[in-house]
Amino acid sequence: MIIYLIFKVILISVILLLSLFIAMYSTLVERKFAGFIQDRLGPDRAGKWGILQPVCDGVKLFFKEEYMPYSADKFLYILGPSLTMLVALLTSAVIPWGGTITAGGHSYSLQVAGGSVDILYVFAVVSMGVYGLMIGGWASNNKYSLLGAVRASSQMISYELAMGLAIASIIMMTGTLNLSEIIAWQNNHVWNIIAQPIGFLIFFICALAETNRAPFDLPECESELIGGYNTEYSSIKLGFYLFAEYINMFVSSAIMSTLYFGGYNIPFIEKSGLSSNWITILGTAFLFFKISAFILLFMWVRWTLPRFRYDQLMKLGWKILLPLSLLNLIITGLVILLTK
Amino acid sequence: MSLTNRSQMVSKKQMSFWDKIYLPAIFGGMVITMKHVFMKKITIRYPEKKRDFSEIYRGQHVLKRDDEGRERCTACGLCALACPAEAITMVSAERQKGEEHLFREEKYAKVYEINMLRCIYCGLCETACPKEAIFLTKKTVESEYSRDKFIYGKDILLEPLDKRIDISNRQTPEVIKFKQLPNERHNI
Repeated sequence: MIIYLIFKVILISVILLLSLFIAMYSTLVERKFAGFIQDRLGPDRAGKWGILQPVCDGVKLFFKEEYMPYSADKFLYILGPSLTMLVALLTSAVIPWGGTITAGGHSYSLQVAGGSVDILYVFAVVSMGVYGLMIGGWASNNKYSLLGAVRASSQMISYELAMGLAIASIIMMTGTLNLSEIIAWQNNHVWNIIAQPIGFLIFFICALAETNRAPFDLPECESELIGGYNTEYSSIKLGFYLFAEYINMFVSSAIMSTLYFGGYNIPFIEKSGLSSNWITILGTAFLFFKISAFILLFMWVRWTLPRFRYDQLMKLGWKILLPLSLLNLIITGLVILLTK
Repeated sequence: MSLTNRSQMVSKKQMSFWDKIYLPAIFGGMVITMKHVFMKKITIRYPEKKRDFSEIYRGQHVLKRDDEGRERCTACGLCALACPAEAITMVSAERQKGEEHLFREEKYAKVYEINMLRCIYCGLCETACPKEAIFLTKKTVESEYSRDKFIYGKDILLEPLDKRIDISNRQTPEVIKFKQLPNERHNI
């Protein structure tokens, strides 16, 4: 039991540090990638290929002046970025990062917590994320911040529905809310990207919207709203907001790889005759490869597409994605009914 | 009837279903951005690699000496007069006995200052100079932390004796030929 607890603590620390590390270096990759797309080189002054740039940025944010607006609500002003960061980190708890590792007669699962309610948990926590933005935008007592917060919350409501319905078709197909079982189902049958291509498309678009990434970055639209909900923030509180976006990106990439791309499972690996521990390690590496690919895709989309207008955003959410996901749900139901 | 042949018919075509789902257009755009990732980058890594200047680039000034190392400037003030930015000031002095190896003519500039922040690097001073004393070089003016450091005196502007500066690119062959004329010989 003690060993089991120690393993969990180690796993939690590793995942926490890893998500922070990946989020940190996503900022560099994003800037590099943006540079390449625009025929530039991106940051390359700090260290070789700018490898120390995220460290410099972090240190700079820490040492910036901590400024709080005179009319801000003191408690909520601090609560906003803290909540955003907390919620962004919480989601990674239920993601199965790999199979099981066997050592000394015990087997350890590479999933921190969860089981029967994984997907519900993900949903609950992800939709909590918008509270951080809302509270921060409200507490700043600034028109731009408030507008950003209002946009964030209405966008979240509009896209949460379509996202939920897209996942509902997966739940119907696999018959479980457990992420590990969904991965096992995909391994036995077929990856969900083939079974649910429209569902994946809807989920991906909604994931872009939920993480406030371009072309859905209206809450922090710098050309209209100065910076949206984070206008009045400075120093590490601003850093938390910016950082949480990258952690969200990492986590939603992990969820997408798990739900639609078979998670940590490498197809036909069990025929290779490797030991189960090796399969687990390779599987985890494969999962991280998929996550990196998704993060790159997020960036690729961001630096390709311009931002939506607000009415276009609402139209896409309510008039296109929601009916489409309902249709997808109905078709999935019909197919399940007919093939049974 | 049209007055010019440049008028164009405006097309107000309705979007087809394929246009309306936007996805093909989005993929097209993404292909374009991905192509740019592999294109040659136009960035020049500045301190390691410097962009080439034109051969006749107009940068920081130099106060030339003649072949024997004497200052050519006679403080006539034509450069200051020609300067559209009024960046040049000078104080003249008379050459004393025993200073013939320092100054070429009887009068010389005791103080010669150019305010590098006022200067617009037009090169009118070198055009105005009758003694071929001031030229613009390819050297760029270095950055400083305070404004008064940009007022360059003779200590910076004067050509060092051991490191002569080549200004032949600032003179056209016509100018050099002109200076060979008997009346202009003293200008070489």
